[in-house]
Amino acid sequence: MSLPTAKLSKKMTRRAFLVCGLQIGFGGVLAIRLQHLQVDQADEFRLMADENRINVRLISPKRGEIYDRNGVILARNEQSFRITLVEEEADNVNDVLDKLSQLIPITPDDIEQTIKELKKKSPFLPVTIVDRVTWDDVSIVASNAPVLPGITPETGLSRHYPLGSYFTHVVGYVGPVSSRDLEKREIPDPLLKIPRFQIGKSRLEASFENLLRGKAGARNIEVNAAGRVMQELDRRESEAGKNLKLTIEAGLQCYTQARLGEESASAVVMDSQTGELLALTSSPSFDPNKFVRGISHRDYNSLLEDKRKPLLSKSVQGSYPPGSTFKMITAIAALEAGVIDEKTTVFCPGHLEISGKKKYCWKSGGHGKVNLEKSLRESCDVFYYDIALKVGIEKIGEVARRFGLGEKHDISMSVENAGLVPSKAWKRRRRDSDWLIGDTANAAIGQGDVLASPLQLAVMAARLATGKMIKPKLIAETGKTKTEEESVTAYPSHLKAVRKAMYNVSNARNGTAYRSRVIDDTFRMAGKTGTSQVFTITETERIKGVKSNEALEWGRRDHALFVCFAPFDDPKIAVSVVVEHGGSGSTTAAPIARDILLQALYNGAPPVSAYPVKDREEILQQQKFFDDLLPNLTSGEKVET
Amino acid sequence: MNYLEYRVRSVPTGFSKLLHLNWALIFLITAVAVISCVMLYSVGGSFSKWADPQLKRFIATFFLMFIMAMIPIWFWRNMSFIAYGLALFLIILVSIMGSMGMGAQRWIDLGFIKLQPSELAKLGIVMALAAYYDMLPEQRVSRPLWVALPLILIALPVILVLKQPDLGTAILIMLSGGSVMFLAGVHWTYFATVIATSTGAVLAVFQSRDTPWQLLKDYQYKRIDTFLDPSSDPLGAGYHITQSKIALGSGGVSGRGLTQGTQSQLNFLPEKHTDFIFTTLAEELGFVGGISLLAIYILILIFCLISAVEAKDKYSSLLISGIAMTFFLFFAVNMSMVMGLIPIVGVPLPLISWGGSAMLVLMAGFGLIQSAHAHRPRAKK
Repeated sequence: MSLPTAKLSKKMTRRAFLVCGLQIGFGGVLAIRLQHLQVDQADEFRLMADENRINVRLISPKRGEIYDRNGVILARNEQSFRITLVEEEADNVNDVLDKLSQLIPITPDDIEQTIKELKKKSPFLPVTIVDRVTWDDVSIVASNAPVLPGITPETGLSRHYPLGSYFTHVVGYVGPVSSRDLEKREIPDPLLKIPRFQIGKSRLEASFENLLRGKAGARNIEVNAAGRVMQELDRRESEAGKNLKLTIEAGLQCYTQARLGEESASAVVMDSQTGELLALTSSPSFDPNKFVRGISHRDYNSLLEDKRKPLLSKSVQGSYPPGSTFKMITAIAALEAGVIDEKTTVFCPGHLEISGKKKYCWKSGGHGKVNLEKSLRESCDVFYYDIALKVGIEKIGEVARRFGLGEKHDISMSVENAGLVPSKAWKRRRRDSDWLIGDTANAAIGQGDVLASPLQLAVMAARLATGKMIKPKLIAETGKTKTEEESVTAYPSHLKAVRKAMYNVSNARNGTAYRSRVIDDTFRMAGKTGTSQVFTITETERIKGVKSNEALEWGRRDHALFVCFAPFDDPKIAVSVVVEHGGSGSTTAAPIARDILLQALYNGAPPVSAYPVKDREEILQQQKFFDDLLPNLTSGEKVET
Repeated sequence: MNYLEYRVRSVPTGFSKLLHLNWALIFLITAVAVISCVMLYSVGGSFSKWADPQLKRFIATFFLMFIMAMIPIWFWRNMSFIAYGLALFLIILVSIMGSMGMGAQRWIDLGFIKLQPSELAKLGIVMALAAYYDMLPEQRVSRPLWVALPLILIALPVILVLKQPDLGTAILIMLSGGSVMFLAGVHWTYFATVIATSTGAVLAVFQSRDTPWQLLKDYQYKRIDTFLDPSSDPLGAGYHITQSKIALGSGGVSGRGLTQGTQSQLNFLPEKHTDFIFTTLAEELGFVGGISLLAIYILILIFCLISAVEAKDKYSSLLISGIAMTFFLFFAVNMSMVMGLIPIVGVPLPLISWGGSAMLVLMAGFGLIQSAHAHRPRAKK
């Protein structure tokens, strides 16, 4: 038993001080730690705290609109409605979805998808149940809001093409970003990661994607640990995409597209003075709006499997043997080489023997004595076999390139075909064989290896018509002063001779396109027919008798071509038409080209007086048909590009 | 032991005791309570959510402290083993209640407070050991047999609390008990041996890893890894400590202002009103606020030391130092934990964290300190 002492043992006091000292010492450690965190590393942690709480939400920009030359809207943004569900606000998700499905059409798939998505997301984030609902459905949902807790209709912007299939092959279409789209880009715009964001998938929508898309805006949002939005801290508005104005004339485009009908065909209309494309069509076409919404597999497959290839923009992507439309090139080459002059004649017995092989003229009896003018007017093949052998392929190729063949014309479609103008070097390189004289003869009449797109043929026609180095343009240049195009290197006298012959093609009684002549004196048309073979006619077939085109299956029939320009004295418009497996140029392609040309010259339906008397009845009916068919165009607001 | 031996007449009686209380300590405790209410108001978003009940609890326990201070220290000394026994009994009671299918509970609901018996044990062990050494003659203090007995006293509650499982409380009980033994004058070689062997054991466990004689199973090592390095489990335990450090750091020197701490107000901080309240304080009041609170805590320790040294008997001195140690362990472990110095063990910040048990125990402890302080024999004037 310890006696009560007045004083504690020294040992205890010592230890009490020691323990307290240790405690204070540890307090010091805590203070240093606190200083380290709050003073030394404060900035770093402040940043991390902001990263924690601030979320950046992107604001989608408005996509640039696309207009024709007169301000008719071709691609615009339309409000689209979708129905969303916030799980937290719905008392009973299944019950609410059940009620909703009684009010508006919802597939069981939609519901399944919604429930799957609800499980993944936080309960306060909206989940889209159905997209692209009609305004009627939205109002039904809105008026039933009290019994549909958690359901809200929301609006967004979606691309719409008011002229639908008429512009598919120029404007293209947009669609939701795919993983392939993201892979293609090294540093993808963060916008592309927004669900359901639309980007250009084809044609101008795709090639002007960066211009049309605009710049994302951003909202800095304060969120709590669970991701719920607390407040908006600041906001930078998005920058709308730039509008695009085309050189295309919407009315003419629609007419041209309609005039091609259900043929697998293409037509290009060009201002032959400036190179501005007024219509650029390819048939068949399809509704681009289907792609915006997400096309069904069935619809897509039917487009893919269609032998007339609706997905192809034949005006720029197609490449065809130009056939007799190439003869102007051969003629100019021969004139320049001095092999012939305007008066030189060649006798056509219906065939020419070249290195032991007979090459035939399309007219079995032959044309007899043929000069330059007659050779074009009646499209004699033997004349060109003969002169081509004297000129040689290199010279012909050189002239062809000068007139816009065999080279790619960049009109920002990204799918333009370069066509082909063969040469000896090309054949050695690609076919690993020597150039034969027969090849030259084939090339002379636009067969064999020569290939051209309708766009190139239109450029050729425009250059022949004006003698200027016309370059095709699709995008309207605003505020730019008109620059005079430089001249094509060719003798004016040669061009004049060729033009005269082209005039006779459609105006002289035995011209190949006489039936498609224009009566109007102010708008006299010059042109050239072409009928290009898809398959070579063998000697045995020829002996059995050549089958008529109609008797052949569709895929083996000839392509029908026609190039033309008008007015003859002061060419304003150049047109090229290619109808795949359409038969002959003079019966199929020339009437189409003539109608389109007149439509362009008259800036609308031409008076029937411009047509030959016996055609007028039919033309009237046709005009009425198109009048009912074609959309009524109203110019949009003033466009700024 | 007879209290007549204390020269009772030199001890203040009646309400004059009030004059002899350690008023500096009371003032400091009140200051901490005010800070608590302010912070709970800030994290709660309203006064009524957390600050109001906490204030009521503080007022109630404040009176408890005064009542305990009025009761002579020799009464408390005689109650020491009873308090210890009661704490043990209650811990066993809750564990039995838990196993009887009433849900795993650590507390007894007293209506106004949810009492955790394990908290009571913190006080009980200090009281019991102080009384034990008060009785034990000086020369026997370091004898092995007399060292073993207090070790058993410590081990009983520690084992029971570890079974709950509540590692934080177990460590606190162990360290408080150990510190009372040290203060009582147990030879330092015992402590040196314990420290050396436990260090050795820990080293052995770690060194044996990936060797044929590995002491623990692989999954047990994994658990230790996560415990020691929470960043290896960033979404689990690591998330809390990372967010806590971000909150502290973003507070900077002057803080983001009351109710302006983004980390705590936007719920990035876990347990922001209980174990992590210091983080909120340091985020909103900055380094200045944090260091001020730390200074108040240290001042409380210093005033306790003065009381302990001035005490004229062993029981009072050991009791005061022991309770001060418990108080120290509360805030030292809590602050170290939220500042990422040690793993998270779940110890509240004394007198500030929301909750009744810890406050009741601490205020009762301060009541005992005041009692010892007031009933100290004084020289007659």
